Amino acid sequence: MQLQVRNSPFSEEEVQLLNQLLGKLTGTQRVWLSGYLTAEIVSDMGATQQEPAHMLQEVQVTETKEITVLYGTQTGNAQSLAETFTEQLLGNGLKVNAICMNEFKARDIKKLSHVLIIISTHGEGDPPDNAIEFCDFIHSKRAPKLNDLHYSVLALGDSSYEQFCLTGKQIDERLEALGATRIADRIDCDVDFDEDAENWFTSVSSELQELTTTSTKNIANTTNENKVTSLYSRTNPFEAEVLENINLNGRGSNKETRHIELSIEDANLKFEPGDSIGIYPENDPQLVEQLITSFGWEKDQEITIKDHTWTVENALKHHYEITRLTKPILEKIASTFQHEKLTTLLQDEQKNTLMEYIENHDLLDLVEDYSLQNVSPDELLPLLRKIPARLYSVASSYRANPDEVHLTVGVVRYHAGERDRNGVCSVQLSERIEPGDKVKIYVHKNDYFRLPEDDQVPIIMIGPGTGIAPFRSFMEEREEIEAKGKSWLFFGDQHYRTDFLYQIEWQRWIKQGVLTKLDLAFSRDQEEKVYVQHKMWEEKALFYQWLEEGAIIYVCGDEKSMAKDVHDTILRIIQEEGNKSEEEATAYLKTMQQQKRYQRDVY
Amino acid sequence: MTLRNEKVLETMTEQHSDVEDIKIKSNYLRGTLVETFADSLTASIPEEDNRLMKFHGSYMQDDRDLRLERQKQKLEPAYQFMIRVRAAGGVVTPEQYIAMDEIAHQYGNKTLRLTTRQAFQLYGIVKWDMKKTMQAINDTLLSTLAACGDVNRNVMCNPNPYQSNVHEEVYKWAEKISKHLEPQTNAYHEIWLDGKKVVDQQTNEEHEEPIYKDIYLPRKFKIGIAVPPSNDVDVFSQDIGLIAIIEKGKFVGFNVAVGGGMGMTHGDEHTYPQIGRIIGFCPPEKTVDVAEKLVTIQRDFGNRSIRKYARFKYTIDARGIDWLKETLHERLGYELSAPRDFHFDHNGDRYGWVKGSNGKWHMTIFIQNGRIKDTDQYLLMTGLREIAKVHTGDFRLTPNQNLIIGNVTEEKKEQIDRLLSIYNISKGENASALRRNSIACVAFPTCGLAMAESERYLPSLIDKIELLLEEAGLEEQEITIRMSGCPNGCSRAALAEIGFIGKAPGKYNLHLGGSFNGDRLSVMYKENIDEEEILASLQPIINHYAKEKLDNENFGDFVVREGYVPAVYNGLQFHENR
Repeated sequence: MQLQVRNSPFSEEEVQLLNQLLGKLTGTQRVWLSGYLTAEIVSDMGATQQEPAHMLQEVQVTETKEITVLYGTQTGNAQSLAETFTEQLLGNGLKVNAICMNEFKARDIKKLSHVLIIISTHGEGDPPDNAIEFCDFIHSKRAPKLNDLHYSVLALGDSSYEQFCLTGKQIDERLEALGATRIADRIDCDVDFDEDAENWFTSVSSELQELTTTSTKNIANTTNENKVTSLYSRTNPFEAEVLENINLNGRGSNKETRHIELSIEDANLKFEPGDSIGIYPENDPQLVEQLITSFGWEKDQEITIKDHTWTVENALKHHYEITRLTKPILEKIASTFQHEKLTTLLQDEQKNTLMEYIENHDLLDLVEDYSLQNVSPDELLPLLRKIPARLYSVASSYRANPDEVHLTVGVVRYHAGERDRNGVCSVQLSERIEPGDKVKIYVHKNDYFRLPEDDQVPIIMIGPGTGIAPFRSFMEEREEIEAKGKSWLFFGDQHYRTDFLYQIEWQRWIKQGVLTKLDLAFSRDQEEKVYVQHKMWEEKALFYQWLEEGAIIYVCGDEKSMAKDVHDTILRIIQEEGNKSEEEATAYLKTMQQQKRYQRDVY
Repeated sequence: MTLRNEKVLETMTEQHSDVEDIKIKSNYLRGTLVETFADSLTASIPEEDNRLMKFHGSYMQDDRDLRLERQKQKLEPAYQFMIRVRAAGGVVTPEQYIAMDEIAHQYGNKTLRLTTRQAFQLYGIVKWDMKKTMQAINDTLLSTLAACGDVNRNVMCNPNPYQSNVHEEVYKWAEKISKHLEPQTNAYHEIWLDGKKVVDQQTNEEHEEPIYKDIYLPRKFKIGIAVPPSNDVDVFSQDIGLIAIIEKGKFVGFNVAVGGGMGMTHGDEHTYPQIGRIIGFCPPEKTVDVAEKLVTIQRDFGNRSIRKYARFKYTIDARGIDWLKETLHERLGYELSAPRDFHFDHNGDRYGWVKGSNGKWHMTIFIQNGRIKDTDQYLLMTGLREIAKVHTGDFRLTPNQNLIIGNVTEEKKEQIDRLLSIYNISKGENASALRRNSIACVAFPTCGLAMAESERYLPSLIDKIELLLEEAGLEEQEITIRMSGCPNGCSRAALAEIGFIGKAPGKYNLHLGGSFNGDRLSVMYKENIDEEEILASLQPIINHYAKEKLDNENFGDFVVREGYVPAVYNGLQFHENR
């Protein structure tokens, strides 16, 4: 290896000195030196908090990769797709760089020639946290003309939500409006995204083949450093033995929260605090039986769908989602079976009725309400979604306990449309899984919910209900590595006596100083409802002081009400305690977000 | 031969027990209670503060049924507090009774327990509700101060419904003694009632606690007053037992008995239940003085090194009864006169209506094990609440855990009778003679000391013993039967004709030979036996009794006469049967 002025950032003199030295070094010495320098750079970056992020971006953009894979991710699916595709494109000899939207300076988009966007949609059509700023910019008046840009969008979403893949759709339309050229049509993926995503990639990569260059020197700068080397993955899940399955809620509770311990001995599955475990559930056998009876099918009848041959019972139990309806499914059923009544329901003027129906009904209701008794399984089943894995935050630390992974699962049971309904995975875990049984799992990385590398940085954890799970993992990890920084937990639920999840562990951690401060909000122990945000407000001076000391805020749990109320309260605290206007407080929190000091894992 | 308990003196050293330390450092029972009750991260309080809580009338407990289950669920034990509400002689107004009922529903487990010392116990109060509960209790002019702890406890008094005029007079003395021996510390007001801290006065020990000083007593201290012929208070089980002497229908003063007590420790023969010994007679106006001086003797001479040797009975047994008399006379500056004659018939309750000498009516109702609660079959708690709403007299808690609806006017009697029958409240007529004379302590799941079941088990054991009695034709025979879940003896099982003292789950020591009037100890007949052996042990004795009992001979007297167990009138001989 010979350094030159034009392939390096050094002066003539520096190049000479370095070449002299490098020429004499053995392989081992070179490896050592590279590690040494990297470590030094990383620690420098830690010391000057804000700066390095910008420097990093500058470097990446000025390098002008020919293809940029830009992703916005909440649960990590968009990220893992972006990384997979990037590697494949690199293999094809293309210059590719994958980057998360919040690490990308939005206005630099005008410098790009080819961009592939992979983006998910959440809640009521919202972009993921790390894409908010990018989306704001793109949709604002400041967005530049993009006549030179070629692009394609892969949208991820869940068709049981009304605003399915909205963020992807909006970006797709907006880029076109700004003058960019679409090289392949957007594809909207449902929760069973593998096939659709693959299709999109096939069409995108054939369009990109023309760009093949002779240069193969580039090394992709992907953000994921800890590549899982295990054999097991989402598409090849590991069968983990259940070691423990207990209800964490004491007698008399309105809740049921399962603590599940799984053995991953010899699976070589590595995970970090903040990651999730995906579990492939099995549909309720009773519901499957009812469905088969209702359809008038034979449970042992064999059917073949796309190279797979299953019995009807097996297909319904293990392969298809039968507990949720979506608009696309109803559309497909309506058109496949020329179903008049269903077609009527799908008309625009019936929108509210349709949404209400989807919200409160499942396939069994549909069979009965829309007389689908005569359809054949070969025709109907391919119209359904594949059963998706359920993600649960890991509640244990790999470092502390590498042979096991623990999960905290809130059991979902509710009544709707005159029937009792069960969460597929949680009720399976609650009622049909015992220690000794096996479940199919994989590790789902989440690089956007991470403990700071510097263990001196204070952390504030806000995790009511099952939102507590990742924080148990955080604590185990910090106890194991003997982290020095302060930590503060806000936890809440309905009743102190029955719902203080992992109570004795928190009491021990606070006693031993692993946890610095603990504030509890039990909403139903007194007349007025008290939630975590009220406890934060009570402690607002100290809360702000921690922020000023550089603390990272983590929020985990319910998205609809909790995460929003907590967000508003953080803003109010910054405003009040920092003597700031509303805009200033928003900017403050935004900066925290950019610095990865405000991380959320909400659902 | 003079028997002595040498062990008590041998073990008295400079080294005091840790509880002594806690008391002295507590700044007159304050400790860190304010801080620990403000700690929201645990529903418990530290052991040192729990020791002090007892003086405030409450114990921290946990639901022992759930202990293991919750541990597995990574939850702390289901901590909760029991609160004991004191009422001298067990007399409360209907308004106070209703308040107890309401508090039990609002903060407690929706039951009330009448205790063997004529107090109310409330269960299941959580830490966060303690202050509100204490305030609610005090708002009704009842108190919990000194209901437990190393002080004089609730002063018992025969609730005598027969001789109303005598009861009224005697009861006045119970109140006076109770008042006089109450702790004077302001801590109770500060902590529970938001009372101001009286800073200036507290520098002076004489002001803060003139009788107890800053060390309080070495152990709990119990006083009870009996009115013969009823020994329902078990006067010989008290540290100070006062026996009212009635001459020509007039109350003239008390015989004073000292050094009774039930508690002992399994496996330590230097501990034993003891019968109080009568040391003389005192006229009414000297009673408070005598009680105070006896308390101070115990304060100054009790064993503060080993708590199990610290009760007044051991203080006396270590030195002899003559030493006590001398020391007392010295402190009094005068001597007690010779004891007067009296006679006890029984220590149980008599049920149903009786008309008192004041012309008012009194109804004694049977409450199994003192537990007032509603069940699907029996709305006892609701029924009593409805009665309390219309009642204009008083309620009296009996030492046998029953309830007297006292001082009912002729006009109200009919209305109360109607309510009693609407709610089918037991006047004892539905319970067998054995059951009517039964007492069980609380034990599981709330009592931290319990080694075996008691309240939840005795009723079903009685079912089976009843069958044995029926077979022997003895179903009408009154026999006292008492069960304690541990050897501390809250149910006074060591004075029962048939007594059970818990050893382990399902296992009891069977005691026999107590007298029907409570003047003789029952001693261990069989050790550590289960239900099958209990029944097998009792059956032949019951059959033997049926065949060969003398006229009016009680069961306890029979087993002693027949030599099943020796007659023991002194606790120092309690273990000699082994």
